[in-house]
Amino acid sequence: MSRSDEPALELPAYARSLGIVLDRIENGLPVLAVDFGSMVEGRPQHFHGGATSGLLEVAGYAGLREALKEQRREHRLKPINITVQFLSAGKMKRTFAKARITRLGRRNANLVVEAWQDDRSRLIASAVMNILMASPDGD
Amino acid sequence: MSEPQRFDPATAAPFMLKHGHVGWLGLKYRDAGEDWVELELPWREDLLGEKSRNILASGPIISLLDMASGMAIWNTTGVFKAIATLDLRVDYQRPARAETGVIGRVECYRLTRSAAFVRGVAHDGDPADPVANMAGCFMSIAGDTRRVPE
Repeated sequence: MSRSDEPALELPAYARSLGIVLDRIENGLPVLAVDFGSMVEGRPQHFHGGATSGLLEVAGYAGLREALKEQRREHRLKPINITVQFLSAGKMKRTFAKARITRLGRRNANLVVEAWQDDRSRLIASAVMNILMASPDGD
Repeated sequence: MSEPQRFDPATAAPFMLKHGHVGWLGLKYRDAGEDWVELELPWREDLLGEKSRNILASGPIISLLDMASGMAIWNTTGVFKAIATLDLRVDYQRPARAETGVIGRVECYRLTRSAAFVRGVAHDGDPADPVANMAGCFMSIAGDTRRVPE
């Protein structure tokens, strides 16, 4: 099956309504982005930590799904936990996030997800996520 | 000059939950005690995580707990001032029930001069059977950060 036959990256309803989009694919992993707006605003003129966390989490799942697709594996993904580090304030700018898969096991995956704005070396937040990979039709 | 008023979550909530990200999520105030605050995230179709199941995505649950954390801290100190989340950990215990809102209850269990430690749960009716457990750490932001030269 050629790449063009595959469905485009599918984001959950929550991600779409928050305005999260696929910005590009980089080394086989999606870079997601969200523009600043009232829907993501916390204290005036800054990203809300919850919105940043939401972007990190969606980017984590999107990255893992791509990695599993690459291995032709099908799983139902279930969250185990997430720890978010808030590193600097998210300003009124487009924010990007991309996952790094630290370990892809048979039943669980460990990811590090990073979020940045215009300077990639200055992260605004990062997250560590553990995700359970269950069989497509149950546990 | 009169004393500044003590932060009251019930009074502040309608304004605080009206705007921005939490306004968009539709967070609602439920209850508060001496060192805790309870908010609710109503179920909404466009906040779903997986298309095959009518379950809220986990992103909005983090927002719910983050906001309840902030309000629990202001409620405990009695003072509304800028704080920043340092880190937040959420352990998911089970999926939320389909077509059901989620309640976030967070307590501020320790305050130091510059840090505040919080813990809480997200549940969908029974706090003893939580959807998620949470722990976090916040710092106070000295002054108005927008005036600090870069």
